[in-house]
Amino acid sequence: MFIAAALIILSGAMGVIVARNPVHSALFLVQTLFGVAALFVLQEAHFLAAVQVIVYAGAIVILFLFVIMLLGVDKVEDLNVEPIAGQRPLAVVIGAAGIGLMLTVLVIATDVISGAHSSTGPLGESDIDEIAKSIFGDYVFAFQLTGVLLTIAVVGAVVLARRAATDPEPIPESAYDELVAAQIAARESTLTAEGGDGTAQDGEETTDDGEDSADDGEAET
Amino acid sequence: MISQNWHLVLGALLFMIGVVGLMVRRNPLVMFMCVELMLNAVNVTLVAFGNELDDIGGQTAVFFVLVVAAAEVVVGLAIVVAVKRRLPDATADDVSVLRG
Repeated sequence: MFIAAALIILSGAMGVIVARNPVHSALFLVQTLFGVAALFVLQEAHFLAAVQVIVYAGAIVILFLFVIMLLGVDKVEDLNVEPIAGQRPLAVVIGAAGIGLMLTVLVIATDVISGAHSSTGPLGESDIDEIAKSIFGDYVFAFQLTGVLLTIAVVGAVVLARRAATDPEPIPESAYDELVAAQIAARESTLTAEGGDGTAQDGEETTDDGEDSADDGEAET
Repeated sequence: MISQNWHLVLGALLFMIGVVGLMVRRNPLVMFMCVELMLNAVNVTLVAFGNELDDIGGQTAVFFVLVVAAAEVVVGLAIVVAVKRRLPDATADDVSVLRG
């Protein structure tokens, strides 16, 4: 059973990072999350398995798919474009090194898992009872903080995604390079300007000019 | 019963797959999915440790990780929506200047 769950998890994880279409990545993520839920069931963590399926597969992945569809970015990403030279081989090397490091530590470790065993003895039949005692007992302050955290997250999401009346117009992709070049030029001119309020003002003006020229480029295209 | 060591091996593999994906992919949504993979790897490890040590604390920690992951996804996707509204075809490389 463990081997089956592990295969489901690892194949799903590989699918997430290999799939070219973001929708396929999200579906592979569902596969991985269900595998992790199965692993939780195998370890007698039934409550967490249920929460994993409901919250992760039911809410988070749906949110991912919703945003993908909303933004219309469900197009194939060209994986052949490599923006930073040598980024991909380096990432694989770092990944292999990390796996090697962790497995080495695991092999070197003399005992299976060190640490003090719980003084209350083995976990009882019902993990829900135990988790409830733990969350509403020892960790009740942290539990209330998560309530505050969720409230802040909701408010932040609304503020971030709200379409303000003064929202700037979308910039077409063809104008990105000009925009970035103008910003870099403005930043450099601000940096090279030496001290004093007058020169700082000049820098600000240069910034405005840069943005204007970017807008001109957009209008032409 | 499978040794708990194999759970730790699985967690390590899953975590590093997430790390590699985060470094390789450029679509911000897929990068978020890779962060979720890494969080799940940690969850697997926490449950394995908690089971081995007969301590419910591991599962409690996983519960809090789930809540924080949900909050993180909500805020992150809101940022992605805000960025994509301004730069419809942006990848992670196009928003490297922290200026609108």
